[in-house]
Amino acid sequence: MSNSTSVIQISEDAGVKKITFTQRSIIDETVIHQIGKDIVTVIDGAAKPKILISFQGVEHLSSAALGVLITCHNRIRVKEGQLYLSDIPKPIFEIFKITKLNKMFQIVDTSDVAMKSFK
Amino acid sequence: MRSEPYIQDEILTDLKTDLEKVQKGVAEALVKNNYSEFAQFAIRLCLEEAIVNAFRHGNHSQPGKVVKFLCKIDPESAEFKIEDEGHGFDPEGVPDPTAEENLEIPSGRGLMLMRAYMSEVAHLPPGNMLRMVYRNGPDPAK
Repeated sequence: MSNSTSVIQISEDAGVKKITFTQRSIIDETVIHQIGKDIVTVIDGAAKPKILISFQGVEHLSSAALGVLITCHNRIRVKEGQLYLSDIPKPIFEIFKITKLNKMFQIVDTSDVAMKSFK
Repeated sequence: MRSEPYIQDEILTDLKTDLEKVQKGVAEALVKNNYSEFAQFAIRLCLEEAIVNAFRHGNHSQPGKVVKFLCKIDPESAEFKIEDEGHGFDPEGVPDPTAEENLEIPSGRGLMLMRAYMSEVAHLPPGNMLRMVYRNGPDPAK
């Protein structure tokens, strides 16, 4: 799924697509645009997408990246799928708290917890 | 003896390359002036948001339009002024992105993050110059 220009890696386990980032900073607009396109392709490829996005190793995240996550959330919801976010480092989680997006997203501590949470 | 403050006064013409250059200089100055990791994280994020906004929303990504950047960093505070060539805007007119009805709207969180992390954020009339100040202090994350 991932290609040479992508900064995400996508793996599959028990019907769940797990997305991880290969860069520590998700702030460059071109990169964020590409991430959005890649995740939307995953969402569009499933009838009821089950997606886990792990933020392990991510050190910086901009509001544009939040925008992509919100777009993905909305798209997944329309398809009655499920989205979990996990492994969010403390400084990044603070951004979710400030913007109150921690209330909108289903956020769990680890990927293992997320995998057990999918229905 | 007190050292001179770090000053960066630039005309930014290209979002990607100039932003990287600005961030690099600021990051080095923050370390040199003993800013916490939290402060470094916060300032990097706010500069990113502010400069992207200036190019995208202020200058509407029009080629030839520039963004003026000025910063002064000393051990007490880090001050930034970012000016675009737009007509300015009313920051009070930006909808609250944390309101229940706006949570699912993908944009409009940059200004809110700046206000959350910085000690002072002001748009100077007519609204095309942003002034942000971060006052150095103990790491609130610890």
